[in-house]
Amino acid sequence: MAVAGNPTRPAAPAGRAFWRRLPDPWTVAIVLLALLLATPVLTVFSALLVPAGEVWHHLVETVLADYVVNSLLLMLGVAAGALSIGVTGAWLTAQCLFPGRRLFEWALLLPLAVPAYIIAYTYTGLLDFAGPVQTALRALFGWSYGDYWFPPVRSLGGAIAMLSLVLYPYVYLLARAAFLEQSVQALDAARILGCGPWQRFLRVTLPGARPAIIAGLSLALMETLADYGTVQYFGVQTFTTGIFRTWFGLGDAGAAAQLAALLMLFVFALILLERRSRHQARYHHVGQRSRPLQSVRLTGWRGWLATLACALPLALGFVIPVGQLLLWALATLDSTLADPFPTLVWHTLLLAASAALLALVLALFMAYGKRLRPGPLVGGAVQVAALGYAIPGTVIAVGVMLPFGWLDNAVDAWARAEFGRSTGLLLSGTLFALLFAYQVRFLAVALQTVEAGLGRIKPAMDESARMLGYAPRSILRRVHLPMLRGSLLTAILLVFVDVMKELPATLIMRPFNFNTLAVRAYELASDERLAEAAGPALAIVVAGLLPVILLSRSITRSRSTAVG
Amino acid sequence: MRSMLRTLPLLTALLLPTAPVLAADEVNLYSSRQEELIKPLLDRFTAATGIRVNLVTGKDDALLKRLESEGRNTPADLLLTTDVGRLHRAFAAGLLQPVQSAELERRIPAIYREPEGHWFGLSLRARVIVHARDRVRPEQLSSYQALAEPQWKGRVCIRSSDNVYNQSLVASMIVADGAAATEAWARGLVANLARPPSGGDRDQIAAVAAGQCDVAVINTYYLGTMLESSDPAQREAAAKVALFWPNQAGRGTHVNVSGAGVTAHARNRDHAVRLLEYLVTDEPQRWYADTNKEYPVVSGLPLSGTLQQWGNFRADTVNLAELGRQNAAAVMLMDRAGWR
Repeated sequence: MAVAGNPTRPAAPAGRAFWRRLPDPWTVAIVLLALLLATPVLTVFSALLVPAGEVWHHLVETVLADYVVNSLLLMLGVAAGALSIGVTGAWLTAQCLFPGRRLFEWALLLPLAVPAYIIAYTYTGLLDFAGPVQTALRALFGWSYGDYWFPPVRSLGGAIAMLSLVLYPYVYLLARAAFLEQSVQALDAARILGCGPWQRFLRVTLPGARPAIIAGLSLALMETLADYGTVQYFGVQTFTTGIFRTWFGLGDAGAAAQLAALLMLFVFALILLERRSRHQARYHHVGQRSRPLQSVRLTGWRGWLATLACALPLALGFVIPVGQLLLWALATLDSTLADPFPTLVWHTLLLAASAALLALVLALFMAYGKRLRPGPLVGGAVQVAALGYAIPGTVIAVGVMLPFGWLDNAVDAWARAEFGRSTGLLLSGTLFALLFAYQVRFLAVALQTVEAGLGRIKPAMDESARMLGYAPRSILRRVHLPMLRGSLLTAILLVFVDVMKELPATLIMRPFNFNTLAVRAYELASDERLAEAAGPALAIVVAGLLPVILLSRSITRSRSTAVG
Repeated sequence: MRSMLRTLPLLTALLLPTAPVLAADEVNLYSSRQEELIKPLLDRFTAATGIRVNLVTGKDDALLKRLESEGRNTPADLLLTTDVGRLHRAFAAGLLQPVQSAELERRIPAIYREPEGHWFGLSLRARVIVHARDRVRPEQLSSYQALAEPQWKGRVCIRSSDNVYNQSLVASMIVADGAAATEAWARGLVANLARPPSGGDRDQIAAVAAGQCDVAVINTYYLGTMLESSDPAQREAAAKVALFWPNQAGRGTHVNVSGAGVTAHARNRDHAVRLLEYLVTDEPQRWYADTNKEYPVVSGLPLSGTLQQWGNFRADTVNLAELGRQNAAAVMLMDRAGWR
């Protein structure tokens, strides 16, 4: 009122001050969204408030040590496997020339399309005591049981092998993208300083790609922690099998939540590791990429060794299991085709595509929020939103169903009281609820990829663009989007493939009369009818191939356009 | 990117719920029996009555949670599971309602249904011993209990204790022999295992056929479907083992059921009861036996083929509801015995 002389002008600063006092909208939106996405996890953890008592003591006395040790060993084993296969493959195909490189460039991604439980079933069929390999060995040498040693496929080691073979593509994908975008200048500088190819790899290439490699690795390890199908089938007692057993076998949700909470400690350790490795240095490209990366030509035995290093994981992770599936599928072709097969495919694709698009939008929003409003609040919120990736799908599903059911029933009760009408279930049992569960479970994949992409755009670029007078929105469109295109596509395709393979949440949350390929394959496989399950399993693999091939092509293309 | 954003609302519209399920000539079924082993019967029911059946299949426990979370608005009218422990759990959680049906009571023996009609067994699943035809004579076998004797050291195969059929078997032994004796038995059994438990029942049969173990504990219908499999390797493996009915001198062979109950908040209650009644008529009962090699819950039906060859057996007469109550005790007991 002191400003009566000019009513309009001072109002603006006062308004601005008001807005400044309110929390910033980006922050608010991101925190709210993160809370929403964390609801299922929090729901499950709320069971912690109920004292578990007797059952928990029982677990500690009997099986808990096994769960911890086996989960740790599984993670270490898969880390070793996925890193050695993924990084080797990525470096060879990105920076070397050897026989078959152009094939391996995209083919090394193929195992990504094979669900872990499917590869576990096929290798068990092949390598088990009663399978064709051991039977042939016995026939050949006249052995019988106990005369010889053969690595048992259904064991911890077997689970490590299976998971490594289908999860290494995460490391490969992100590492390769990082290797391709590596600064030529840095490599040149290293060359001038007298570093050989090995030295250049160890001292320039590898450290530069470290954030991407660790991002890929943490995805692979979170999938490992969430895996249920493989470890259950192999009889390996881990946290996931323990959670199911405690929850359903012992009927104790509290003790199961305590196990899940312990599992989350593992996840936090992973996240910390990833953060730390990223914090120690900032990784941005320096300089223009004025000319193509010089590939190292591997000749003679070196070249063939490289070929072998790429062919082996491809054969083990894709060719052999898919070959086996094909044989089975051909034997059961009639029953496969008799199904409403196109409907299954359509449902699967619809779910996977919409979940992938939604995940991309959410991930972009959160990643940008983090970039624009750096700080512990937003950073923490984004982290919380990504927690679900390491949690088994069934646990997520239950965590989604409980609050949705509660909300539906509350709305219904209110409508009955106010209007004398029932609204029924609005969310529960709909595809919407299922899509939400997918976001909770898989947002981390999109987020990791988009964040890794954004991390490679150095802040100086934003500053230059802003100095040139571009508005933030057009910086996004004209600077970031073209640079991010590869990462965005990667994010979409990874979520797409993940959702297509997803089983437990789909199984339990889908609407009436709605089936997908994974559901069909699981139903047959769980009845130990592997041959009949091969048809739909193969269809998952084939449908997953298209995005995987697109993915690898786009990476190749982004390299050539970036190079000029 | 922009066009993607533009398609999003369209997709959302596609995915939002359609109108709440209204009472109509339909019945909604949550089933842990997989689609392939229930849909043909449902189709016949629809053809005979004009009542449409909507189906969601899934794992028992998860379906229970779904039913629980949906509360009184659940669309499900009927819950069908493949194990009595889960039926009991649904009943204990107040998710099922009592049903009085003279037809169901007439057709289903009392031990295979809940006394007040909260659930009804629909088919029987017997858990038996199989042995290698060439290495074990049937005279050497007698009961589940005897598998813990030292003569079987390194010769027994059985799947993981995560499996609900093993949980029910151990629960039945707790009821019969008491917890202490059963725990001692479980330790003895674990000491006799030829290999750490893994895989399913068919894998145990295959392991016996291949010589990795001499005896295994399995549900009969796995052997039955292997014997008639389209895969010659499966048929060959199944032919190498023989079925033995355990505990015939004592309490009888352990039997579990697949069964169903009408949900507490069913909107199509009458249709649901009609479906239950249909499932215990002769034709579907024979279908279970012919297609999945399970035993009909209705007694007196003539059996054919494999089931006929296996002959008659004496089944445990313990009330199945009791097994559901002992399930958690069974799991903890197996943990303590080191049964993976």
